Amino acid sequence: MTGLFRLREVTCTYGADVVLDAVDLAVEPGDFVGVVGPSGSGKTTLLRAVTGSVTPVTGAVERRRSLSVGYVPQLETVDWNFPVTVGECVLMARAASRRRPWASKEEKADVARTLDALGIGELEERHIRELSGGQQQRVFLARALIGKPDVLLLDEPTSGVDVRTRHEILHLLTDLNAYGLAVVLTTHDLNGIAAHLPQIVCLNRTVIAAGPPHEVLRPDVLERTYGARMEVLEHGGMPVVVDEWHRPRATGTTGRASVLKMRP
Amino acid sequence: MDGVLRPFDYEFFRNGIAVATVAGALCGLVGTYVVLRGMSYIGHGLSHAIFGGFAASALAGVNLFVGAGAWGFASALLIGAVTRRRPIGSDAAIGVVTTASFAIGLALLGKFGSAGENPDTYLFGNVLGVDRAQVWLVAVVAVTAVTVVVLAYRPLLFATFDPDVAEVSGVKTARLDAVLMLLLAATILTTMKVLGVMLVAAALVIPPVVARMVTNSFSRMLVLSTVIGAAAGFTGMLTSYHLDIPSGPMIVLVAAAAFAVVFLATGVRGLGRTRGLDAA
Repeated sequence: MTGLFRLREVTCTYGADVVLDAVDLAVEPGDFVGVVGPSGSGKTTLLRAVTGSVTPVTGAVERRRSLSVGYVPQLETVDWNFPVTVGECVLMARAASRRRPWASKEEKADVARTLDALGIGELEERHIRELSGGQQQRVFLARALIGKPDVLLLDEPTSGVDVRTRHEILHLLTDLNAYGLAVVLTTHDLNGIAAHLPQIVCLNRTVIAAGPPHEVLRPDVLERTYGARMEVLEHGGMPVVVDEWHRPRATGTTGRASVLKMRP
Repeated sequence: MDGVLRPFDYEFFRNGIAVATVAGALCGLVGTYVVLRGMSYIGHGLSHAIFGGFAASALAGVNLFVGAGAWGFASALLIGAVTRRRPIGSDAAIGVVTTASFAIGLALLGKFGSAGENPDTYLFGNVLGVDRAQVWLVAVVAVTAVTVVVLAYRPLLFATFDPDVAEVSGVKTARLDAVLMLLLAATILTTMKVLGVMLVAAALVIPPVVARMVTNSFSRMLVLSTVIGAAAGFTGMLTSYHLDIPSGPMIVLVAAAAFAVVFLATGVRGLGRTRGLDAA
């Protein structure tokens, strides 16, 4: 196959619960895809189906031969009290390739080069809890990148981080994508992340819509995805999604105005 | 100085201090994974469950290690079955199955154990009663544990820290979990005669917790925990001879003293590092 991977009619279940239902999705080299959807819509399961840690009950996941996948987990799932330094954490990616516990000269150079490229070269000996949210995300990015992946999968990379860190992560991923790395991420953040990506997949157990943000971020698609009414406005050529709940009723102010008022 | 070294004149003491030092190191090494994986209660429960097997094997004339090992394996299966079929947590299932197994052991020895079987040997250990063969047995298990940890250092670390991503990255986590459980069972089986059922869990837990308070690095924690376990075994044996206190409790008391010293030295910072360890 010419693409990196393709999900064909993939259905996954946890017990009696159907988490993914006949999902079709193809990712090509150089793609940058954001998967959006409500909690429990199957975003993480979709990533796990791609990695092979979840097996579909029907359908198939086709991967390019010797496809290398870099996986960055949700930061909320990381045990920050685990005794591991930044260097030790990054080196875990080489777990299956070397028998000896200590790092070879080449591995040390690889770790240093990767951390430097991500702007955290001086943090190699620090414990992972002693870092900022953005630095922590970069450590796990470094662990994924040191395996030289063809595609990077990130589960909610901007969950729980501040606006500045979110911008840093988005710029970093955009740069990596510009160098040819395919990126697939899940996110809840429609305006801060999804609207800035070239491709979006709206998922709620099945694929509701897929395409560029200005084609996909439509009220009817979002209502089918989230089960709630949303308004889509345009600001600076970008779609801006407004939750109907945020619209002040008494004053009759439009959703657009309320969004603009909230901006600094 | 001569007075301090006098007990080394006796072979039973040389055997005892050798086995206590190696057993302490073994517990410190395996205990690092036990504590970081949140398996402390399993270690505690398994030692109690295996006591039932020891008692039954002793009375039936079956090889102690084979019988107690099979009993421990059956207990683990029973815990799994109870957890699957009833809406109770695995910690509650461990509590029920292992204490019941422990009680069976006590009951068997109380009713039929007149042929010289003393429950205290298994409950509190009898390190001075070990022979050269038992020293070798503990040494073989320790060498095996070190070999496994060295050869599978990286996969074990990855699978302990982040099992989901480790699996994605090609690490056979299920196989490693099984290997670790086997190592834990072998550690408990071989050190039970040294430390006793009641104290094996302490030897598995205290050294890694002390090491964790000192360092933020996994590799340093692994080495430190092993050294602390060995030092507690050695110092505990010497102290027990000179103070005329039973060896098993003295070994655990030395480890606990190390915890107290490190706690006072590192204060809140050190204790904060142990947050998330279920043993802390």
